[in-house]
Amino acid sequence: MDYTVIIGLEVHVQLLTKTKLYCGCANLFNPDNPNVQTCPVCLGLPGSLPVLNKRAVELAVRTGLALNLDISQYTKWDRKQYYYPDLPKNYQISQYDLPITHDGWLEIEVNADTGERKRVGIIRAHLEEDAGKNMHDERGRGDSQVDLNRAGTPLLEIVSKTDIRSAAEARKYLEELKLLLLYLGVSDCNMQEGSLRCDANVNLHVHTNDGHNIPTPITEIKNVNSFRNVELAITSEVERQFEEYKRTGKKLGDPGATKETRGFNAATGKTFAQRGKEEAHDYRYFPEPDLCPVTFTEEQIQAVRESLIEFPADRRTRMQAAYQISPYDAAVIVDQQTEFADFYETVAKGCGDGKQAANWMTQDVLREMNDRKLTIGTFPIRPEVLCAILKKINQGDITIKAGRDVFMALLEDASMGTDVIIDPERVDRIIAEKGLAIVKDTGAIEAAIAAAIAKNEKAVADFKSGKQAAVGKLIGEVMKQCKGADPQTVRTMLLETLAKA
Amino acid sequence: MAEPLSLDKVQRVANLARLKLSTDELQAMTTQLGRILDYVDRLSELDTEDVAPMAHAVEVSNVFREDVVVDSLPRPEALKNAPKTDGRFFLVPQVIEH
Repeated sequence: MDYTVIIGLEVHVQLLTKTKLYCGCANLFNPDNPNVQTCPVCLGLPGSLPVLNKRAVELAVRTGLALNLDISQYTKWDRKQYYYPDLPKNYQISQYDLPITHDGWLEIEVNADTGERKRVGIIRAHLEEDAGKNMHDERGRGDSQVDLNRAGTPLLEIVSKTDIRSAAEARKYLEELKLLLLYLGVSDCNMQEGSLRCDANVNLHVHTNDGHNIPTPITEIKNVNSFRNVELAITSEVERQFEEYKRTGKKLGDPGATKETRGFNAATGKTFAQRGKEEAHDYRYFPEPDLCPVTFTEEQIQAVRESLIEFPADRRTRMQAAYQISPYDAAVIVDQQTEFADFYETVAKGCGDGKQAANWMTQDVLREMNDRKLTIGTFPIRPEVLCAILKKINQGDITIKAGRDVFMALLEDASMGTDVIIDPERVDRIIAEKGLAIVKDTGAIEAAIAAAIAKNEKAVADFKSGKQAAVGKLIGEVMKQCKGADPQTVRTMLLETLAKA
Repeated sequence: MAEPLSLDKVQRVANLARLKLSTDELQAMTTQLGRILDYVDRLSELDTEDVAPMAHAVEVSNVFREDVVVDSLPRPEALKNAPKTDGRFFLVPQVIEH
C-alpha cells in the first residue's frame, strides 16, 4: 500500500500600494502605533463608501500576467459575511465568482540534477481587503486588543490547483512565487510582517493493495510562518494522515471527515488540531453594491503586458545561453534579484567571460556583500571596476590570486572611508604599488634565477641529491626579486635551468 | 412556489446574524420573512431564458481612486465610538483563535 500526496496552496500577498484598497489611509506596517491609520471607510462606520485603489488593480493585473493568468474583461467585488473583531464591517469585500484573474500556471524546478520542471496550475488570483489584527492575552484572560491599521489593506489571494505532489515541491512553488513577486515589485513578501502568508491544503490518495484509490480527509494547515516550516508541516501531516488512515480507514466524505483546520507547532515539528468553528462556513456572498465593476479592454491588458520586465525563469534560461554559464550559477544570480543580475550582466558583457564573471559574482561579491552587510546597490566596487580586474586576469596581466588581492584592497579603501575614488585607474595603481603585475620579461626572471642559484649552493646541492622540496626555497628567492612573476612559470624555468646546470 | 420557510432556517439565519430571538419573535419573523420571500419569488414567473445575468445594479464601471495618502483619523477619534478601549487599542471580549 502506498500513496500519492495531493497539495494545493493558498497564498495571501500584501500589495505594495501607498494606500489601502478602498480608502486613502496609509498602507504601512506600523505595529507600534496601533489605530492611527483608519478612517470611517476602514472602520466600517455607517454612511461611508469604499472607492477602489487604481494602483492595486494594476498590481493585480501585472501579477496575473506574470502567472500566465487570464485577465477577466469584467470583474466585480462581493461581500463575504462573518463576524470577527478584526473585521469592523462584519463583512470582507472580496471577490467570489468573477475574480480579476483566473486559470494560469507557475513553472517550478522539481529536480535540481536533471533540471526537470513542471507547471503548477493556478485557479485564480483575486483582490480583497485584509482584516485588522487581534492580540490576545497570553494567559487567556482579560480582553483582546484590536489594531485596525491593517484593516482594508490590499491583498492578492493566489490559489493553486492541487498539482503539488510533495512538501519539497510546495516549498519550491513558494520560493519561485516569492521571487516572481519581488521581481515584479508588487509585494515586499516579508513573512515576519505578514506580507506573505500561506495556507496548505493536504490530503493523500491511498493506493490500496486491491487497486483502489482512496482519498483521505483534507486538512488545511493555516498560518505557517516560513517556507521551511511549510515544508516541515506538510511532511509531518502526510505521515500523520497515512498513519490515521491505516488505523481508522477513514476516507474523505465519511461522516465527520470533511475538512479539518490544523496549526503547526515548530517546536514539536507536528501539526495539531485547531478548535473547529462552531458552525460550518456560510459566508452568504452577494455582489458588493458599493463598488462598481471593473472592465478591461484587450488593449489595456496588452499595454500592461508590454510594460512587464523579464521574468526570473526566462532570465535564467537566457543568461545560461548568452554567457555559457551553468543552470546553478544562473539560478544563484537570478535569485539575488534584478539589480544583482543586471550587475552581473554588465560585468559579463564588459569582460567577455561570462563564466569568470559568474564565479566572481557568486563567490567573492556575494561573500563580501554578506560579510560587510552591503547590498549590491551599495557595493563599493562597481561593475566597470570589477570588469577592469577581470580583464587584467584574462589578458594574463595579473594572476587570479593577485586579482583577489586588488579586489580586497579596493574594499579596504572603501571601508577606510577615505575619499579614494574606486575606479579602473585605482585598479592600475594598486597593481603597480603592490607589484602584482605578472613579469612577462623572462630576461628579468632568468637573471633572478641565476642570482638565486649562485646565492644558495646548499639548496642546489640538496635538490641535486634528490631533495625535491629544496626547490621551494629557490622559487621563494626568485619571487622576492620578481613579485609579479607567475610562480608556475618561475618553477618551470627554474627546473629547466637546474637540469642544465 | 418555493418550499415554505421553516423555523429552523430562520433560527439559523438569526444565529449567523448574531440575533437572539424569543420563540414568539422567531414565529413572527418566519411568517414575515416568508411573505417577503413569496413576494420576491414572483420574479421567477418571468421568462429570463435569454437575459444575461446582472452583476450590478448601477450601469457604471471603472470608478477608481488614485493611490494617494490622505489624512487618517486621529486615534482618539477612531476609538471614540468603541464600547471599550485602553486608549490605544479597541478592547473586545477574549476571542479564541481559530
